[in-house]
Amino acid sequence: MTISTHVSGGGSHLPAPAEGLGWGRWAVIAVPFLFLLVFFLIPFLVVGGISLRDPMIARPPYGPLFEDGAFLGDLENYLFLLSDSLYITAYLNSLKIAAISTVLTLMIGYPMAYAIARSPEPRRSILLMLVVLPFWTSFLLRVYAWIGLLKGNGVINNLLLWLGVIDQPLVMLQTDFAVYVGIVYTYLPFMILPLYANLVKLDGSLLEASSDLGAGPVTTFLRVTLPLSLPGIVAGCMLVFIPVIGEFVIPALLGGPDTLMIGRVLWDEFFSNRDWTVASAVAIVMLVAVVVPILGLRRIAERVS
Amino acid sequence: MAAPDTYPRPWRDQTDPPFIRIKSITKRFGDFAAVDDVSLDIWQGELFCLLGGSGCGKSTLLRMLAGFETPTAGVVEIDGQDMSRVPPFARPTNMMFQSYALFPHMSVEKNIAYGLQRDGLGRAEVAGRVAEMLKLVQLDGLAKRKPHQLSGGQRQRVALARSLVKKPKLLLLDEPLGALDKKLREETQFELMTIQDQLGVTFIVVTHDQEEAMTLSTRIGVMDAGRIVQVGEPRDIYERPGSRFVADFIGSVNLFEGEVEAAAPDFMRIRTAEGGILVPPEAGFGSREKVAVAVRPEKIRLSREAVGADNALTAVVEDYAYMGDCTVYKLKLPSGRVVSVTETNGFGAEPFTWDEEVHLGWPAAAGVLVRG
Ligand SMILES: Nc1ncnc2c1ncn2[C@@H]1O[C@H](COP(=O)(O)OP(=O)(O)OP(=O)(O)O)[C@@H](O)[C@H]1O
Ligand SMILES: [Mg+2]
Repeated sequence: MTISTHVSGGGSHLPAPAEGLGWGRWAVIAVPFLFLLVFFLIPFLVVGGISLRDPMIARPPYGPLFEDGAFLGDLENYLFLLSDSLYITAYLNSLKIAAISTVLTLMIGYPMAYAIARSPEPRRSILLMLVVLPFWTSFLLRVYAWIGLLKGNGVINNLLLWLGVIDQPLVMLQTDFAVYVGIVYTYLPFMILPLYANLVKLDGSLLEASSDLGAGPVTTFLRVTLPLSLPGIVAGCMLVFIPVIGEFVIPALLGGPDTLMIGRVLWDEFFSNRDWTVASAVAIVMLVAVVVPILGLRRIAERVS
Repeated sequence: MAAPDTYPRPWRDQTDPPFIRIKSITKRFGDFAAVDDVSLDIWQGELFCLLGGSGCGKSTLLRMLAGFETPTAGVVEIDGQDMSRVPPFARPTNMMFQSYALFPHMSVEKNIAYGLQRDGLGRAEVAGRVAEMLKLVQLDGLAKRKPHQLSGGQRQRVALARSLVKKPKLLLLDEPLGALDKKLREETQFELMTIQDQLGVTFIVVTHDQEEAMTLSTRIGVMDAGRIVQVGEPRDIYERPGSRFVADFIGSVNLFEGEVEAAAPDFMRIRTAEGGILVPPEAGFGSREKVAVAVRPEKIRLSREAVGADNALTAVVEDYAYMGDCTVYKLKLPSGRVVSVTETNGFGAEPFTWDEEVHLGWPAAAGVLVRG
């Protein structure tokens, strides 16, 4: 079918290729759809189902959902979460740690992203590569390296002792401080990359226009650069905040016994207590609870654009 | 000829100090000189037009005045003050960008108010002046729209309003009216001239449109390849182009190449392929020098009988274009050269038609001698 016949046809009926395109479009959509169905929705329903059952010494360690046609599920596990302050404390603490580390990564990441976006071309690519360089080694190895740096006779303490800045090793490992260091270090690229992608598109003539109209560098930043980079800020914050709430490895390796985070409680519940039903309830609550801040951030993003 | 007028033309006698003094300014990008050793004085209250082909360095010159580009060499003085170390936000200039550079996250009115707010003006005053500007550029109804919801011409008007609203001492407009329709463009041109008259603001306007430059400006600077090739009042630039480039660039022109044959006190004769052409005497041209005679199409007279003019030729009508108020003829000379002649369409005269043989003539004073 040629273009000219298509045009002279006056669009009264769609030519055959368009229908083929329709099928193609469905196929393209079906792939991620199936992926989400198999790897997200079904597991979510399974975990949700487990959270409604009673625990039982068995393999797997929970009772049935139906017996003799009767529905046995109840919200007992959820009520249990409310009764023990451990879970609420852990959840609130996770939110706090996630919020603080998101702000910290933003404060550190924004100037870095800005500097990279404003640097001339060959240097920019190199700087960008340095940002993603840590991904070339294992995440676990890098967290272990931080143990070596932060521990009592680690690199930092030895250096400070040798310089005479301190005369007693600082207690850094197994504190909230170490957790923040680990999280900020690990998640920084996730903040820098979306910010960079946003800031590199910023039209330099807007900054010139602002300056021309009498705005100094600070005002120009606050009135032009910052508002225009909000979508990047929101994207970066989501990429840091959401996974940090459920973060398990970093608090487990760098945090102390009182660094309570919901991911760690979940782990303990599953593998130490083998209480799969309560653990499932924790997982569901965590998922639902993460959605609330996401919606808040989405709201900001929408208002901006 | 010149009636006494009171219109101030300080550049003629140069007794007042100029408001802007550009001293041998050069801007190089790598080895490429975008602006090459330009010197220019502009007086308070002028509306100075920069005219030139694409890429000849007009925007770059403007950007150096606004402070966005640092000159590689040379100095800019505004109001007697050296601007070398003054950042853009502290200069008494506002610029309208060729790309408009509107803030995409701000509404039309916020865009216009931005500069006033930076000066710390009160809310009521800002609102009043923004409303005034919106009315001027005829965007009253669109104050709350964001730039991406506007047409190209509307955006251009917002950019213009944003640069005008602060009423700076020096306004730099980079192609301010290019995207407007004819009527709006004429109205805005008129407004620009009113603003310039009332406020004594000095304007430097970049334009591609010669007609606009002619009507708007007190003086025109013609640029070519990073240099200013001629500065003068519109009439001077048109009637007395200093070079072949200027003659060719401004308006249409017939160029007869040849060499200086004889120089008398009251005329010079140029030997061309069309025969000897008489021009008014011009200093600085030696015998046998390669020159060209520039004659504007409207200065040549056509007739069916032989004419007794200083310069008289015969030709055949090759083509003509009827333009309403005038007709443009393309005439082929025996030498093969095609000249254009503009005839006003009065009444009574029988128009010439294809292949008709015509006599053309012009007085020596209508020709201008240029090098090249
Ligand atoms: N930042 C830059 N780096 C390198 N070359 C540049 C830069 N800015 C401008 N140029 C070059 O300098 C020359 C003059 O540019 P400029 O923008 O001043 O032209 P212009 O006269 O305004 O043209 P136009 O009428 O098309 O707007 C052009 O050849 C352009 O390519
Ligand atoms: Mg330009």
